[in-house]
Amino acid sequence: MTRGVAITGMGIISSIGNSVEESYISLIENKIGVSEIQNISTIHANVIKVGEIKKTNEELIEELHLDETNNFSRTAMIGALAAKQAVKNAGITSINEFRTGLISATSVGGMDMTEKHYYDYFEHPELVKYITCHDGGDVADKIAEELGLKGMVTTISTACSSAANSIMLGARLIKSGKLDRVIVGGTDALAKFTINGFKTLMILSDNYNKPFDNTRKGLNLGEAAAFLVLESDELVAKQNKKVLARVSGYGNANDAYHQTASSENGDGAYLAMKKAFEVSGLKPSDIDYINVHGTATPNNDLSEGRALLRIFQDEKVPDFSSTKPFTGHTLAAAAAIEAVFSVLAIQNGVVYPNLNFEQPMEEFDLQPQTSLKNKTIEHVLSNSFGFGGNCSTLIFSKS
Amino acid sequence: MTKKTYINGVGCISTQKTFDTVFLEEAVVNENENVLKIVSPAYKDYIAPAASRRMAKGVKNGIVAAALAVKDAGVENVDAIITGTGLGCIEDSEKFLTAILDNNEEFLTPTSFIQSTHNTVAAQIALTMQCKGYNFTYVNGAVSFESALLDAKMQIEDNEANSILIGGVDENGAYTTALFKLSGRIKQDNQEPYHLLNATTNGAVYGEGASFFVLENEKKETTYAQVLDIEMINTLEVNEVENKIISFLKANNLEISDVDAIVLGFDGNAAFEKYYSELAQNAFAATTQLYYKHLCGEFDTASAFGLWMASKIIKTQDVPEITRVNSVTKPAYNTILLYNQLNGKNHSFTLLSK
Repeated sequence: MTRGVAITGMGIISSIGNSVEESYISLIENKIGVSEIQNISTIHANVIKVGEIKKTNEELIEELHLDETNNFSRTAMIGALAAKQAVKNAGITSINEFRTGLISATSVGGMDMTEKHYYDYFEHPELVKYITCHDGGDVADKIAEELGLKGMVTTISTACSSAANSIMLGARLIKSGKLDRVIVGGTDALAKFTINGFKTLMILSDNYNKPFDNTRKGLNLGEAAAFLVLESDELVAKQNKKVLARVSGYGNANDAYHQTASSENGDGAYLAMKKAFEVSGLKPSDIDYINVHGTATPNNDLSEGRALLRIFQDEKVPDFSSTKPFTGHTLAAAAAIEAVFSVLAIQNGVVYPNLNFEQPMEEFDLQPQTSLKNKTIEHVLSNSFGFGGNCSTLIFSKS
Repeated sequence: MTKKTYINGVGCISTQKTFDTVFLEEAVVNENENVLKIVSPAYKDYIAPAASRRMAKGVKNGIVAAALAVKDAGVENVDAIITGTGLGCIEDSEKFLTAILDNNEEFLTPTSFIQSTHNTVAAQIALTMQCKGYNFTYVNGAVSFESALLDAKMQIEDNEANSILIGGVDENGAYTTALFKLSGRIKQDNQEPYHLLNATTNGAVYGEGASFFVLENEKKETTYAQVLDIEMINTLEVNEVENKIISFLKANNLEISDVDAIVLGFDGNAAFEKYYSELAQNAFAATTQLYYKHLCGEFDTASAFGLWMASKIIKTQDVPEITRVNSVTKPAYNTILLYNQLNGKNHSFTLLSK
């Protein structure tokens, strides 16, 4: 049985904390990050709630020591902060010493700047520098620059499963021997573009999101960035590195059902979980905790729940919870922050509560864990699904 | 044993007529425009008109190019679909953003938001083909397509898939094009004729397109070439490129003299031309040098057109005169190296063999 790929560092910034430690405290003390929006002026301000990082762009610029000629999008700034934390946490001091890569993920890249300046570029030459920060790759280029990383850099954009796929690709690059270590994760800042996009799809809740609840009305959007450092076993042994946990399984499949909706029986989700089990060599009964995608949209939770029942067949579905009531749905970053939460669950032996749950869904008998629970956790399964039928599953295991 | 990766089918929609033609025999070099437009195929032959009307340009071109590649390879299904795109369906991004700004966030409809999602093309192809396998989309500037190629090659080598459809797709959007002229990414208006070799002005001549490929783990009648290796590097100085190529070739037991042709990404941008011209004038002076962006324009996934061209050359052994940078000829074109970068970032090296 393969033991999976070692995780040696983590970094995170979201509405529930600016570091791994702060995030963990929020998770076990029920400190939620979903609140009223402050940094973006939108007509929906009174009817939506968001998981917003309560830092202005000016504060982020200062934190990163960027000079005034910089053209960082907010997405790039929070990404750089999280990636730097991860590299520091892994004790990496010379970034290009080994074959090191960066795999980022984002849904809208630098849209936060594009939407702010779209009509002003022609009249304001000082803004022209922001034109190039629109595309997704610019975010990774900027993070690489901040890290001083010169090697392989790429970005995945598969909507809300993006970061799961960047972790998956990173693990495969290590396994195949193409890289010695790789920084993987994702970043997405809130943008008017996304807020209005989800608003038109009518899947935003006007209240706090309630995953797997019968009366759930939709999701809260959020912003976040998280990165993890994956290293080869050779490098871990050579440097006597502490391994936080391992990426033991991964799978991606396509629902091939609808551009934005999940199939009723959760085909894609089922196939993604099935593949992740095959890769890990684990059985469903080995899983101690599932960090579900659980966006709290009527469609997702129904589809994901059905897929869970299918994969676990006659066995009891293990303790599961969605952490999106804490952070909101952070889109392309979601799977990366939830990867950090999964590792913390293994390290500390905790199942996080699925907040705001009151009433089981009428379609099936599935009840999330609603209070903090302490128990030994060997393996965590984490799901992330995105538009375009994109379904991804990761399995994290104790080292 | 590690499986080998073969290009067994190709499909290309570009600013040239690259469908219903043999190989660039109808190609035209347009030196009077700084933004080239796609030559559209008969979409109705591939997509129902009702569906086609709602689809973004990039989605339609992607679906047609994918269909051409699949047919060319003689396969019915693939195990995975992987695409690369710099900006996705940018026209829909423009449309949705404009609607938000012009109507103060009111009266919006979701269609353009949905299509603006970068993985729309890969998702729509999966829907069309009912392919439930692995489905990834890369968005990293000039290495978006190469990321897809590397991912696919890894899966074939590691025996995770037998056949994979990959593609690079980008489309022009009117407002974004205007912004790119403003930012200097596209050459200024009224500076024609636009020559891509020995450029004296900054910025590129822009284009759009969709190039798709079926990769499989076995050689067959339809095989174009074998993908020997692919490497991407984010940052390189001009004087580091040659050594990088030497070590890349060495890893494949090859030397510069073994390369029959080098395909370079000349895009007319004087500011970064040295990345190519240094190689052309020195290390690869005795090698057949080819270019293609005068035919397809520059864009994030233009290098997929380069791969299409190199694949055709290996299969047909025909080098269209229009693609030559120098006059060096070789008795056979069995090993081709492609090198691309954009503004000094996102370098890629792709090695093909017969």
